[in-house]
Amino acid sequence: MEHLTFDYSAQRAVKARSHVGVVGSGDLEVLLSPNDTMAARVVVNTSVDGYSHIWKSVLDRFFTRYDGAAAIEINDFGATPGVVALRLAEAIEAAEAAESQNQGGGK
Amino acid sequence: MTSPVLAPPPFIANESFIEMTARERARALLDKGTFRELVGPFDRIMSPWLPLQGIVCQADDGAVIARGTIDGEPAVVAAIESAFQGGSIGEVSGSKIAAALELALRDCENGRLVRPLIVFETGGVRLQEANLGLAVIAEMQSAIVALRKYVPVVGIIPGMVGCFGGMSLAAALCSHLIMTRQGRLGMNGPEVIEQEAGIEELDASDRRLVWQLIGGAQRVAAGFADALVEDDASAIATAAHVAFARGVPSAHRSEQVDAYLARLTRIDPQNVTPESMRAVFRAGAGDDSGAAAPVVRTTEEKR
Repeated sequence: MEHLTFDYSAQRAVKARSHVGVVGSGDLEVLLSPNDTMAARVVVNTSVDGYSHIWKSVLDRFFTRYDGAAAIEINDFGATPGVVALRLAEAIEAAEAAESQNQGGGK
Repeated sequence: MTSPVLAPPPFIANESFIEMTARERARALLDKGTFRELVGPFDRIMSPWLPLQGIVCQADDGAVIARGTIDGEPAVVAAIESAFQGGSIGEVSGSKIAAALELALRDCENGRLVRPLIVFETGGVRLQEANLGLAVIAEMQSAIVALRKYVPVVGIIPGMVGCFGGMSLAAALCSHLIMTRQGRLGMNGPEVIEQEAGIEELDASDRRLVWQLIGGAQRVAAGFADALVEDDASAIATAAHVAFARGVPSAHRSEQVDAYLARLTRIDPQNVTPESMRAVFRAGAGDDSGAAAPVVRTTEEKR
């Protein structure tokens, strides 16, 4: 098991959290929540050792398009880079859906 | 020359319950919009034992506990996530389920009935947590027995993992058990039996044989489970509603020790077949409401 941490800059606050995926074979769980500083941090707990350079590539690419100040925790059980990218996109979609729902409910 | 036009079969839209995650299952079983999760993933109460053994945790430890209503009545659902560690019961996941049942029991004792519903999708105790998992399964079983005096405790075994080990005993203590054809219920799983007793005893790769022995259809036919339903979310939710509506059985299966022992004596271990099991256990099941339950076949046809 390996623990990795990655930091990225952010441009805007995140207002809702989301949880997607399961720690099942070839899959991963993503917990996305608002970060308390204007920066993004990703903590990866993975069952597969020695792939930090791949994680960095996947996350670097992800953060070229995402600028939210999110605290992202990943519990990984051997997901491929494609699955990681899809789960991250799903987490953002879920958080944004929750965010717009919260705003709608406030009216 | 015209060929007869055959009417197309009615379109059957099934929403597979088997393919849902534990959280989706809990949501599907509760009345729409009432799902409220307790001790969810962001509470991050995880197994302290798995990381010591180099295993990545899941933020909810593979158990989803949700409050809500079923037919407008207060309910609590405990759903086990099969994809995480085979749905195994560890100290945390098991404690969550046991505590949910114990809190429901306290409410029932104070005159506020809460409907307990458990989705069994588990190989039993999580071996990495050994005795702690076993201890908490015992707590769950005590809670089920205490609760079922007040309300029916309803269990669902949707598959594809099934329900094995100590958790099969917990399932057997439930007032009503709902299974799909894909679901399996047994003490030892087929692989374990093959490994321990040899392939002459049971060929675990013979899926037809395995399901004939412990599959949902066989378990319902022999009276060890009460309702056989299609793998469809609304069919399973309907079966749960029906089970609660039927109320507490006059005698639970586990209270009929003598009756079941008498049936067992009529089984010849050398020549037992799935059919003879059905004949013996079904035939003797006329003396109570629990084991004699009719097979409820719920097929939802939409559109």
